[in-house]
Amino acid sequence: MPKTDAKFARLKKTYLADARDHLSRLEAAFDGRGGKETADLPAALAALQGIKGGAGAFGFDALVTLCQQVESLLEVDRREDGDTDLIRQAIAGLKDLLKADPATAEASVGDLLATLSERLNPGGPRRYKILFKPTARLYEANSDPAFLFSSLKNLGELDVEVSERFLPPLEKISPAESYLIWTLWLTTESDEDEIRDVFSMVDDACVVRIEALGPAADSSNGDGSEEAATAPVAVPKGAGDGQPLPAEVLSSDPAAQKAQNRAASVRVELDRIDSLVNVVGELVITQVMMEQHVVSGATLDQTEAAIRDVETMSAHLRDLQEGVMAIRMQPVKTVFSRMPRLVRELARDLGKKVRLVTRGEEAEVDKSVVELLADPLIHMIRNSVDHGIETPEVRRAAGKPEQAEIILAAGQRSGRIVIEVSDDGAGINRERVLAKAVEKGIVAEGTHLSPEEIDDLIFAPGFSTASEVTDVSGRGVGMDVVRRSIQDLGGRVTVFSSPGEGARFLLILPLTLAVMDGMIIRVGTETYVLPLACIVESVPLADAKVQTVMEKGRFARHRGRYVPLISLADLFGVESLGASDKQADEDGEGARGLVVLVETGFNRTIGLLVDELLGQRQVVVKSLEENLVRIDGISSATILGDGRVGLILDVDGLEAMVGPKLGVSAQLMSSAPPVEGIAITEGAPG
Amino acid sequence: MTKAPIASFGSDGALVVADAPVAPVHPGDLHQFITFRIGEEEYGTDILDVHEIIAWTGVTKLPNTQPHLRGVMNLRGSILPVFDLRARFGMGDTEASEFHVIVIVKVADKLVGMLADAVAQILQVTTDELQPPPDHGLMVDQEYLDCFATSGERMVAILDVQKLFDLSELERAVQTDR
Repeated sequence: MPKTDAKFARLKKTYLADARDHLSRLEAAFDGRGGKETADLPAALAALQGIKGGAGAFGFDALVTLCQQVESLLEVDRREDGDTDLIRQAIAGLKDLLKADPATAEASVGDLLATLSERLNPGGPRRYKILFKPTARLYEANSDPAFLFSSLKNLGELDVEVSERFLPPLEKISPAESYLIWTLWLTTESDEDEIRDVFSMVDDACVVRIEALGPAADSSNGDGSEEAATAPVAVPKGAGDGQPLPAEVLSSDPAAQKAQNRAASVRVELDRIDSLVNVVGELVITQVMMEQHVVSGATLDQTEAAIRDVETMSAHLRDLQEGVMAIRMQPVKTVFSRMPRLVRELARDLGKKVRLVTRGEEAEVDKSVVELLADPLIHMIRNSVDHGIETPEVRRAAGKPEQAEIILAAGQRSGRIVIEVSDDGAGINRERVLAKAVEKGIVAEGTHLSPEEIDDLIFAPGFSTASEVTDVSGRGVGMDVVRRSIQDLGGRVTVFSSPGEGARFLLILPLTLAVMDGMIIRVGTETYVLPLACIVESVPLADAKVQTVMEKGRFARHRGRYVPLISLADLFGVESLGASDKQADEDGEGARGLVVLVETGFNRTIGLLVDELLGQRQVVVKSLEENLVRIDGISSATILGDGRVGLILDVDGLEAMVGPKLGVSAQLMSSAPPVEGIAITEGAPG
Repeated sequence: MTKAPIASFGSDGALVVADAPVAPVHPGDLHQFITFRIGEEEYGTDILDVHEIIAWTGVTKLPNTQPHLRGVMNLRGSILPVFDLRARFGMGDTEASEFHVIVIVKVADKLVGMLADAVAQILQVTTDELQPPPDHGLMVDQEYLDCFATSGERMVAILDVQKLFDLSELERAVQTDR
């Protein structure tokens, strides 16, 4: 039994992952173009079908009902003034259900279901659209469509339309074939099952599709839905504004969202897999050829052939690597598509007029990056709408168009992805930012800062201008969180602002987290990998003007600032390679070794003492925790060129390691003389 | 640290394994162990726990870890820790060479390498040939001993690798005492 349970749980997990995918597609179908009137209905319906499909199997009744109701709602809305808010609420409800276990969340959508069914079934006759396509078998069985239609007519008012669209030219008609398709409109008190019963006798000899169109009273005028469907639907902008949106639409539970992000699965186009299969096939062939050439003797020809094989093989391997990485790639569109709604709703709540322009949304990045990108982007856009963009009155007074514009653009640049969030709002209010920073003790009073430095203060930890905590931006997180999460992804974020003209945020991110640019460094007998993204520069130890405090703490003077130095050899207890290293180290002057200046996540610069830089390389990031546990100062590992394991340093971790070891808090380290671990480590273990 | 005995003898003389009360143990049940040597001593582990055995290839040292955690190795793209059993049992460090072996065992969902001098044999014994480890007052790591088996005249100590490398042991191995 437990085995079946586990299997079921796994299936459920797969279904939920799929359903969330469908949900985001559903949202995209509505949000991409601003409103229901222009929404991509086929896509929306397909997404709903996708969610509904599996829901029944798992007994998620509320989910099934809700999907059906949204479907019906869309059908209704196709032809009449729709209740945009109701659809939004329904989508929010779906989101709620899929956030956790749909079975346990059912209670949360009870009201919604009631509202929807009231809207959909005000009572009275309903209208159905029936598509009827008999196969040749129906005629062979001596059934007559006319007889079926007359049975239908007994149920209510019937309109019949026959389509000859598939009727071939006369000379090609085969008398034994069936070419005609009927579309029937039925207005009846009966429900769908009763209609289906009419066709039950010819079930296997025809295709019948029944669609509920909604209450007949609303649509009985006009003789066909086609006409009504194409008729222009005039929905006053913001028609449903009277009804406030449920809070869930605006704020989704971050914990649940995180858990959702981790349930990782990827959809891959078959093409990509096919090309991988191809490459693997080629690899196998090359391997066989190489084996033959190597085994069959050591003539010069054979050796040359074998060398050629190696070249072919490495080309195939490169293809393979690229192909595999491509599987993990997803367009940023998946994140961007969530933003239009965010902007629309924020603008409405704040009484501002904002237009969101997205560009380059087809740019692809690693799935893990895409997922982790959502929160920072949401935060930045919230920030723009709330703080950056002025109210229409202010904008008019400033001679700007009332409708502000936020541009969200993505593009690839030299192996990285660049994402830009810019607005034409007021820009950063430097006076206020500086005053705030002084008030919060982030900078000392009277400090002279350049405009750029002031702009950068918005990323400072503990800085948040939300003194007027609005329910939009005042969520307890500031831009420092954005910077941290971007840095966690191995990227950086900068801001450019011109007062009165707007602000522009630039995010630069690696395309993937699975491969990283690393600098291979040597410390004593060991080699480590330092993420290239965090390296500022490296200077020879001799030029670093190292000074000591309390004989232990070493600092380098770099561009007018004192940078604390951390000796990796001491921190990690690494033996030096030979006597020369040690000697040089003790001599101080003329020391070999280098100081690599790195930027930590706390936005400080520290210097790492290393012996040698061995070169820059792309490394594949592997988890150390898979088979072991977390290790201080090490973020992950990789396989180096010689097949050995290389450890990737965790720069933030290194900084944190130094502090507690010496009883010096990290805060003290940034301002007062920090001390570094040289005298604390008692030689190398082992 | 006192722990319930891992294995004991029932009234009928059959070995009762405390952790696995569901599977009845019959005197005639066959057990297979992979045994390996550390110095003069022979140790074994349940063959079902063994993932594979490879020759010593060298490891990458980890900073600030216990000496018996030799480092991490690359097993076809997976990175796994290698423990020196000799050092783990307090018998000094192994001077690893290409003649030494790493017995890779599966512990929970992790793979862990054990450095030993050489693989000895595959030992096949019946349940009634297994003995619980006699309570030896001086033995510190008795809790990691599953039972004793006999191979000819030699005693083979069967290790409980699941206990020897459980998560808390791994955590302890990477802790710095400094």
